[in-house]
Amino acid sequence: MSAAPSARRTEGPTLTQKLRARGLDGVTLLVLPCVVVAVALFVYPFLYGLWLSFHPKAGGDALTNYERFFSDPFLSKTIWTTLRLALPVTLLNLLIAVPIAFRVRLMKHQRLLTTILVLPITLGTVLIAEGMLFYFGPQGWFTRSLMWLGVLSHPLHIVHGYWGVFLSLVIAIFPFTFLLTLSYVTGIDPSLEQAAATLGASPAARFREVYLPLLLPGLAITFCLSFVQAFSVLPSAVLVGDPANTTRVISIAAYQAAFEEYDYSLASAIAMIMGAVQLVVVVVILGGRTLLYRGPVAAAKG
Amino acid sequence: MFAARTPLSTRLWVAGVWLFVAFFVVNLFGLIGSVLTSSFATRWLGTWLPAGFTTKWYFAAWDEFQLGDVLWVTFQVVGSVVALSGLVGVPAAYALARREFPAKKAVMLLLLLPLLVPPVTYGIPLATVLYKSGLGGSLAGVILANLVPTVPFVVLVMIPFIEQIDPRIEAAARVFGASTPKVFVYVLVPILLPGVLAALLLVLVRTIAMFELTFLVAGPGSQTLVVALYYAVFAAGVRAVQSIDAMAVIYMITTLVWLIIALRFVNPTQIVARAKRSNT
Repeated sequence: MSAAPSARRTEGPTLTQKLRARGLDGVTLLVLPCVVVAVALFVYPFLYGLWLSFHPKAGGDALTNYERFFSDPFLSKTIWTTLRLALPVTLLNLLIAVPIAFRVRLMKHQRLLTTILVLPITLGTVLIAEGMLFYFGPQGWFTRSLMWLGVLSHPLHIVHGYWGVFLSLVIAIFPFTFLLTLSYVTGIDPSLEQAAATLGASPAARFREVYLPLLLPGLAITFCLSFVQAFSVLPSAVLVGDPANTTRVISIAAYQAAFEEYDYSLASAIAMIMGAVQLVVVVVILGGRTLLYRGPVAAAKG
Repeated sequence: MFAARTPLSTRLWVAGVWLFVAFFVVNLFGLIGSVLTSSFATRWLGTWLPAGFTTKWYFAAWDEFQLGDVLWVTFQVVGSVVALSGLVGVPAAYALARREFPAKKAVMLLLLLPLLVPPVTYGIPLATVLYKSGLGGSLAGVILANLVPTVPFVVLVMIPFIEQIDPRIEAAARVFGASTPKVFVYVLVPILLPGVLAALLLVLVRTIAMFELTFLVAGPGSQTLVVALYYAVFAAGVRAVQSIDAMAVIYMITTLVWLIIALRFVNPTQIVARAKRSNT
């Protein structure tokens, strides 16, 4: 490797050889550009934001922003508003995705159904919001069909409220949850289930005793990754929600602080609180995961 | 397979699951269909179907929202993000897959964090830094912001791809005297190409749809299609709703084409684990 000083061939291993023995050679250096990008564009701004959040725009105590956030119910309530949307959406998506993934796993031609179920990824939250305003609106096909069938006597008030955001998030995030779940479900060796079936276990018991323990660690990761997406619900909360009140999520509060009040310090503080809440949920879920079975799921030898 | 002795409860459960899938798909198509129909409608108020059909909204949307410019910006942003995250991510994934070195755990954590923290959380400090350095609102700023989640994504998708390639193939090339760049160009690139292509196509779809980061960083001249669409819906009422829908349809088609191409290369069920299909 050219970065090392000149090699002394006669006496002992050279610096290059010593470094190589520890796994540091030219190939390892390939990781550097990536680390530089991550540090410059993620770590540095993050630390800068943390620093900025302790330096309030109007001056004063370092914790002013945080005190303001937690003492002002208009701001602090956004944590609850966000969790009240993100947690049920993520859970519901997992509960829908698991049974469907189990069915799709058995299909011969999965591709078409998978493509249809993944379709909402291409829509993006903005198009889903726009579509929901139409479809679930008072003159939309959904309302019309239900009224025509006699299920409803008057239009439902789905859009411009909690349920509008809830549904649009379920639709937008489902493909992602489903793909990950399907990937974990198909990764489990089917012979494990066949063995249980041979021993006379009912389908419910096979799911409970064989699949669920193997699947839970993967589901925990799926939960975390889906939760991240549900947690930063900016567009749908504004477009199909009630952004001044029931769906004023924490990202709206952060956005308004930054780009409407131009108080980057408060905005950074809100962003940091948002990150902290998110990390607490991830740590709780992944921490619970260590209590579960962790081991090979693909092949059981022995 | 063994339908004859499947108990009733199981059959009811299976039927219930399929019924739910059907319900989901019908409503999904209804939702997309509403936007699609509206974008071709002349006038659509309080009826099942619009009074007439026209394609004029597409031309209207193209002029009103300067879609030509927006698409060109989107193309530049997505192209640069895909190329840069490939150039930075694939070599890093190779190093992480092949070498054990002291700080490897720390590097992996550094790459996982951007995927575990919501974009708005790091997007706001990042936007602040970019505006301070004069890059905020510019095309370069949008590209840089979009690299934050895509580079780790490429690395984490590529590591398993590279790990499954037998290192003896590279060793053989080295025995015959190939240097590291030559091994890369003549041995690794051809083997890795399917994996790289798959990862980059997913990056492409993600970047077209990435709303939060672009929204926080973009200025008037650097909006991608999804951000322009958001502003159009947000400021609805000024413009005809049909031209917004026409724009939404253009957006959907742009992502849909790439997603279908991506799904041809990537088996979606094998993202985290190699599936084992039994033929019994």
